[in-house]
Amino acid sequence: MSAASSLCLPHGGEEPVFVEPWHAQVFALTVHLNESGRFTWADWVARFSATLKRHGLARELDGGADYFDAWLETLETLLTETTDLAPKDVNMMRDAWEAAYLATPHGAPVHLEAGLTKKL
Amino acid sequence: MAHDDAHPDDPHHAHSHLPPDPALRVKALETILTRRGLVDPAALDEIIDIYQNKIGPQNGARVVAKAWSDPAFKAALLEDADTVLREMDIYGRQGEHMVVVENTPETHNMVVCTLCSCYPWPVLGIPPAWYKSDAYRARAVREPRKVLADFGVTLVEGTKVRVWDSTAEVRYLVLPMRPAGTEDLDEDALAALVSRDSMVGTALVAAPEAAT
Repeated sequence: MSAASSLCLPHGGEEPVFVEPWHAQVFALTVHLNESGRFTWADWVARFSATLKRHGLARELDGGADYFDAWLETLETLLTETTDLAPKDVNMMRDAWEAAYLATPHGAPVHLEAGLTKKL
Repeated sequence: MAHDDAHPDDPHHAHSHLPPDPALRVKALETILTRRGLVDPAALDEIIDIYQNKIGPQNGARVVAKAWSDPAFKAALLEDADTVLREMDIYGRQGEHMVVVENTPETHNMVVCTLCSCYPWPVLGIPPAWYKSDAYRARAVREPRKVLADFGVTLVEGTKVRVWDSTAEVRYLVLPMRPAGTEDLDEDALAALVSRDSMVGTALVAAPEAAT
């Protein structure tokens, strides 16, 4: 296949179960929604593999951060297609969290209200 | 981590460290779904705790060690893994079936998920990055012996390699060969020899004196 196929596999080292906290969060969110009956795991796998395939056309995926980027994209799309969740709702809430972080002094706990107050 | 995009004069410098964009998007999803009553934050914490601390290759190693020690257990495991594992309180929360494939001097088994990253979570936990990489997913089927060589595994000449492709419905666990010189070891000592990779089929189990 491509030259990329001769790349050494990144194995052997110890790695944490989840490299970034948000990887754990998006994983748990997906498993929780599946276990509470929002979608079947077969549906998830079909959608997730399609996302990976699409991303993999542009570049070789290393199974690290790019894997969870694809995971998040799949979950967002699944939710907007199967519930009344609108992309703009997610974008607004994301911006509110960003504003909350920026409005909170370093070291203090971040509350969403700080972002909402600043926005409104 | 690269810091090429850092701005020393960033007006937000004194504020909380801003998480990366995907982290903010996940927080947004979690907040919205929690407010709608679709998600219980405590359940999320529990799931993370389970996969971070409680489920991992140690579960699979326990199964392998028991199979090496108890021929009746091994026969039942190979015949109907779901039933046997459930008796050990090991089962797939996504409704998948578990299949155990046994390595022998004639056949070496190796597991991949060519679709995405299907993996026997209940016995091995979350897959490592290499299992999820395009390189492994593409090459495991096409050139398994070369992949095994990359992992430092050289099989005895004439050994057949069989590659199993996991799916949403069926997850495979490799039962590695018990190394020589382990006749006197109990199940706990045997389990300590069994690596995660040996249960995916990308490693062999070394005899105790050679194990590191």
